Amino acid sequence: MSAHPQAQAGFSWRRVGTMVLRYWYLLRSSWPRQLELIYWPLVQVMTWGLIQIYIGQHSGFFARAGGTLIGAMLLWEILFRGQVGFSVSFLEEMWARNLGNLMMSPLRPTEFVAALMTMSLMRLVLGIVPVSLVAIVFFGFNLYGFGLALAAFFANLILTSWAIGILISGLLLRHGLGAESLAWTVTFVLLPLACVYYPVSVLPDWLQPVAWMLPPTYVFEGMRALVIDHVFRADLMLSALALNIVFFGAAVVAFLRLVESARRQGMLLQTGE
Amino acid sequence: MPSSSLSPPAPAVGVDRVVKVYKATTAVAGISFQLPPGSMTALLGGNGAGKTTTIAMIMGLTTPTSGGVTVLGAQMPRQRYRVLHRMNFESPYVDMPMRLTVRQNLTVFAGLYGVEDVRARIATLAEELNLTELLDRATGKLSSGQKTRVSLAKSLLNQPEVLLLDEPTASLDPDTADWVRARLERYRAERGATVLLASHNMAEVERLCDRVIMLKSGRIEDDDSPQRLLARYGRRTLEEVFLDVARGRGGAQEAAQ
Repeated sequence: MSAHPQAQAGFSWRRVGTMVLRYWYLLRSSWPRQLELIYWPLVQVMTWGLIQIYIGQHSGFFARAGGTLIGAMLLWEILFRGQVGFSVSFLEEMWARNLGNLMMSPLRPTEFVAALMTMSLMRLVLGIVPVSLVAIVFFGFNLYGFGLALAAFFANLILTSWAIGILISGLLLRHGLGAESLAWTVTFVLLPLACVYYPVSVLPDWLQPVAWMLPPTYVFEGMRALVIDHVFRADLMLSALALNIVFFGAAVVAFLRLVESARRQGMLLQTGE
Repeated sequence: MPSSSLSPPAPAVGVDRVVKVYKATTAVAGISFQLPPGSMTALLGGNGAGKTTTIAMIMGLTTPTSGGVTVLGAQMPRQRYRVLHRMNFESPYVDMPMRLTVRQNLTVFAGLYGVEDVRARIATLAEELNLTELLDRATGKLSSGQKTRVSLAKSLLNQPEVLLLDEPTASLDPDTADWVRARLERYRAERGATVLLASHNMAEVERLCDRVIMLKSGRIEDDDSPQRLLARYGRRTLEEVFLDVARGRGGAQEAAQ
């Protein structure tokens, strides 16, 4: 038997898998954590589904464009839950005072980020799939009816959520748990600016360029084009993807710099407030 | 020039004129020392003397403001990924996830350190450290003595050549502390590992270490074997020597006055 470890040069999928296993052990051992995955999306889908029914009964437009609200809500949950799933996994390490152990181990920051992205996906699937089935049963809204467009929406939204999650994790490392509230609040700035529930044309003229700088804006406009006009706007998806690549790259660079800054400030061993 | 067979082995750890400044506070003020392979050295000093910062810089967790740290030939923290799998540590500043069982925690860290045949390694360590009965219990439900044994198991998972220990027996009852010391002595003897230990327990240091580095206000105040320090300060215990250093009393001459 050889227990002595071998140096694994560069990126190691084994270490990524090990970290995913660590989060899976945690999720499996805690029913409140499992409940949290589905509780809020379920409340949201019930609320917005009923609002959609009510408005549809009193508005000819919404009766024709049935599903824009509940569809927007489900896509918003992908964006928000994707980011929260990423950030909560990172916060678990801070709450457990385990970051020093990880930072001292051969785990590289990029492997850590890859594991957090994987967990974000897993948590999202566990939370959104049951809720999307509820939307079909109770409100007749089939998210999967978007077909391939759903893959484009999902890919763009999850990329944005990871970019935000990566940036917040870097800030948490650098500034400690005092920055924890960022994990729960930052994404909400996108709710009005990315025009989740209304078209960009509703915004004042001066704010519209800001909205068009945000990748999710293209996704929500694309969703409305699909539901209302039955047109898949590939141009919007490509624009979102281009912006996402820029934002994701910038977030990774910022994260690595914040890790180095935390290393200079001695924050990696003692990650308190 | 060919190297002589009599030349000393390269140090396992080298600390060269290291300074660490946090804003207006100088935590470490230009210290240098080398740890030969297989040595067990204590880093002593009062609270705020710079022990934990020094260990953090050796681990690559903190970047020195100036000076250099090498571990097993790698510059820290720049080349840390060359050697991290050959090092490990235990510190009161970190915990292992409480909800995970002991076995799950050890499995995760074995994976991160690239340990082969994880099950066999955990079984061996569990037997050596009397953890077999605890393997399937949640780590958070263990007593502090049991948690220390789990932390020790984690720090030995990859059979490290360099082991850094920050207060390894703090908050342990005398029996458990003695047991941990015996295990550390055995590990060093069996593996020829280099061990650096920060401790406030002078009896522990006298028993385990062949060298003591005394820090005060981020500087090395003294650096010698326990026996020579006792002789030089004219004291019977390292605790008395520690108090002399901490209170600014000098060596043997001053102590004798």
